[in-house]
Amino acid sequence: MSLRGKVAAIGIAEMKPIKDMGGLTPLAIIARLARDAIADAGLEPRDIDGLLTGVPVGDTGMLYPASVVEYLGLTTRYLDVVDIGGASAAGMMWRAAAAIEAGLCTTVLCVCGDTFGRVEGAKWPTISLTREFEAPYGTMAANTGYALIAQRHMHQYGTTSAQLAKIAVDQRTNALRNPLALFGDTPITVDDVLQSPLIVDPLHLLEIVRPCSGGAAFIVTCAERARRAPHPPVFLLGVGELCTHASITYARDITTSPIAATAKAAFAMAGLSSRDMHFVQPYDCYTITVCITLEDAGFCEKGQGGPFVAEHDLTYAGDVPCNTHGGQLSFGQPGLAGGMSHVIEGIRQLMGRGGERQVKGATRGFVNGNGGIMSEQCSLVLGREG
Amino acid sequence: MSVEYSKPLPSPSPDSRPFWEAAKRHELQLQFCRTCSVFIYYPRHLCPQCLGGDLAWRSVSGKGTVYSFTVVRRPPNKAFTGDVPYVLAIVELAEGPRLTTNIIDCAPDVVRCGMPVEVRFDDVTPDVTLVKFRPA
Repeated sequence: MSLRGKVAAIGIAEMKPIKDMGGLTPLAIIARLARDAIADAGLEPRDIDGLLTGVPVGDTGMLYPASVVEYLGLTTRYLDVVDIGGASAAGMMWRAAAAIEAGLCTTVLCVCGDTFGRVEGAKWPTISLTREFEAPYGTMAANTGYALIAQRHMHQYGTTSAQLAKIAVDQRTNALRNPLALFGDTPITVDDVLQSPLIVDPLHLLEIVRPCSGGAAFIVTCAERARRAPHPPVFLLGVGELCTHASITYARDITTSPIAATAKAAFAMAGLSSRDMHFVQPYDCYTITVCITLEDAGFCEKGQGGPFVAEHDLTYAGDVPCNTHGGQLSFGQPGLAGGMSHVIEGIRQLMGRGGERQVKGATRGFVNGNGGIMSEQCSLVLGREG
Repeated sequence: MSVEYSKPLPSPSPDSRPFWEAAKRHELQLQFCRTCSVFIYYPRHLCPQCLGGDLAWRSVSGKGTVYSFTVVRRPPNKAFTGDVPYVLAIVELAEGPRLTTNIIDCAPDVVRCGMPVEVRFDDVTPDVTLVKFRPA
């Protein structure tokens, strides 16, 4: 297996290097280059379904690909920053090839744009989009974004706070059997959640993730080597990724996430459906995130996430084992490692190393990663058999 | 008034400066793509639908509805300490685009999804006017 001859470059764009960009922001430069490269390739913007970009020197880089996607109005099934310095562009070529060869996307825009110098007005980091158009009105990082989603979900579908609270309660039950959980000592009830302080209506304190310190890692290898490993190998059976926006304000529908597409793609690749899953490990920065993931991934009807979580047992011993490590709501959110906790728990369960919270007979599971405000989505189907 | 305004302020880019300058004149202006016949928000260098550059600044009605909202009960930083509880909202303008804003001039508990609102310009400093909304 090799990438030899599998993909080809079909269009280019380049700006004349000048000392002063004359007030163009890095995103404006990227927009011009994207337009010109797409035209050069004889394509339309809608033909682009993959994005690889470099972060401008000095930019914080947080959620940068999603900002480019949003700015350009793209819908991408594969997106990433390539951050290997001056080797980034060369690195983009084979990463694009690997993504296309894997069937994740068909056409990748590889783009870098930058401005030099710190003279007044010469540099606008991307993060300034939220700083300019949202922060002045008193946004509270992700809290307000998810509160806006929850409020709209309640308005559209009649979802209640008591239903959402049940998610936090069942996940806490799971955390009580996870010795690593930050909140693994004390059970909670629906009333505890509802009586915890309202922070951003309709979200209560116990529906909001707790940032902390920590980390996680996993090793991936080829199937042949995996079969010689000391633990039962956990195979990647399906994957789907999608991004259409960075800020929830500009999402087409804030209560339906890109998970509707990513889960479908992941299940299609796996040849399985939500009914075949023995557990679900959905990213859970807030209770509403779990509710929407269960809906969009097809575990229940759209809009029925509230009644679904109220009527089903989401604990490790229940009929819909969900975030069996406690979820980030009870496990804690150590930065990006918070999202990794769902992947680690999926692998752990399928290896049969779940200890007191082992889901009996689990051989297939669904894991979902969520970035920004229901923005970047990546769904995985994992399984014991290859 | 010697109290300094300490909340975050927009730092306009060349692409967004006309939006903030219009707000300072108490006018709500958005970019309009003549190719796609759509209004655009936030301001960009190119239209996010066609990547074309045939953009014009046009005044809009200032009318819209609350798409969603939240009541912020803890200050996100100390500059907002005197403001809580306040309403942070997504308003959908009659012309289509949605924007992040505040609903003011009413008690937080009367705000609802779908509620009609109209623009209200808030001159927060001599140089900066924020675009907020009140019940219509």
